[in-house]
Amino acid sequence: MKMLAFANRCLKELLRDRLTLIFGLGFPLVLLGLLTVIQHNIPVNLFELSTLTPGIAVFGLSFVSLFAGLLIAKDRSSSFMLRLFTAPMRAWDFLGGYTIPLLPLCMVQMLVCFAAAVLLGLKLRLSILFCILVLLPAAILYISIGLLFGSLLNEKQVGSISGALLTNLSAWLSGTWFSLDLVGGWFRKLAYALPFAHAVDAGRAALRMDLPALLPHLLWVTGYALFFLILAVLVFRKKMYSDA
Amino acid sequence: MIETIGLKKVYGNVTALDRLNLTIQDGEFFALLGVNGAGKTTTIKLLSCLVRPSDGDAHVNAHSIVSEPLAVKQQISVSPQESAVAPNLTVLENLALIAGAYGAGPKEAKKRAETQLEQYGLAEVAKKRAKTLSGGWQRRLSLAMSLICDPKVLFLDEPTLGLDVIARRQLWQTIETLKGKVTVILTTHYLEEAEALADRIGILVGGKLVALGTLSEILAETETASLEEAFLRLCSKGGVTA
Repeated sequence: MKMLAFANRCLKELLRDRLTLIFGLGFPLVLLGLLTVIQHNIPVNLFELSTLTPGIAVFGLSFVSLFAGLLIAKDRSSSFMLRLFTAPMRAWDFLGGYTIPLLPLCMVQMLVCFAAAVLLGLKLRLSILFCILVLLPAAILYISIGLLFGSLLNEKQVGSISGALLTNLSAWLSGTWFSLDLVGGWFRKLAYALPFAHAVDAGRAALRMDLPALLPHLLWVTGYALFFLILAVLVFRKKMYSDA
Repeated sequence: MIETIGLKKVYGNVTALDRLNLTIQDGEFFALLGVNGAGKTTTIKLLSCLVRPSDGDAHVNAHSIVSEPLAVKQQISVSPQESAVAPNLTVLENLALIAGAYGAGPKEAKKRAETQLEQYGLAEVAKKRAKTLSGGWQRRLSLAMSLICDPKVLFLDEPTLGLDVIARRQLWQTIETLKGKVTVILTTHYLEEAEALADRIGILVGGKLVALGTLSEILAETETASLEEAFLRLCSKGGVTA
């Protein structure tokens, strides 16, 4: 009940920040449109909608990470949070409260992304829904990274780290904009040691309904998601005392 | 009842609170005075389980702040120094949120929020977002939020700081209605606030409790005619001068 009361508040905070919503939903769509135009003019396999859309959907999640980080960092610096820290709520109530409204936001973001892709020419098929479901662990991963950054850093630092570093990392190391096989070497190894390229590959495999190819990537992403979620809970718990 | 036993808090090399031994009875209105850095806010943070003590313990209605923080938190409420409200939520939503944070279901939370609106004269601003309210209204909302969970113990950390004279007097009137019903621990820089409201007063200097008693007991002990004089004398003894 406590978690849901807090989740309700976080949802209102997110929905009432229109700039964040428009940016989070709109920017991936602009990229999708631009790259599709490029693909029409200079055909590149990587920018075909069935390959590009899961990548853009994953990239869009990095904005949700930014929202999560900013919300929690802003809260931590306010005396409102001090009041909530004196309420009988556990760290999990807080983090659950932040996560619950962000998950549907991720779903909506991915749905909008795929709907735009369908309008641009992606074949409407059931595997789109399967792909969105497969990307849920990636959504939890990005939310957890946001919660972790928001628990550790102040609002300004979250803006630069989540806003710049994470979005760039998940763009460069995901294999969305260029083929990781083409670069190869240590860069490819690094990309596949991190979860972003696995999330995109899992999304692409889900869209093809290629289960054997999907599973290893999905497990990799789920492992990272759980690791960051647990880390976020532990760090937030510690911060509940040290921030006061 | 609140009982502190050798309660101590050290930050690095600084002892913010030094072995506080204090008992506050149920329903008592207790004022904790001291200059900046005397240990008032640290005491509140310790008793409300926001920070852990470096040594000692305290019991709030028989629950230890060290070993039973959740049970303590269920009994208490804190109204922090600044207006601790969620700026993007309406007045009604702010109240319902706090009721929910203490475990009330959505219906119960809304019912309690509506009761608080009436009780604290907030009905006319119920649908306004908290960030659009004046300082005085925000403090009133902050106080109503502190009381929505029906706490046994209420900590008021400089509740009237920064308010104009009229808003301060209005808040005093509201706070006065709590006397005898809730155990109140008030920290304030306004000595007249403590004089007007408190049953007993404690004065902290450099993290140590240097005076404790009713106003008349403190005046008699310090051989002074006013609380301000007594306060200055005790601060001066403790090495803090004007």
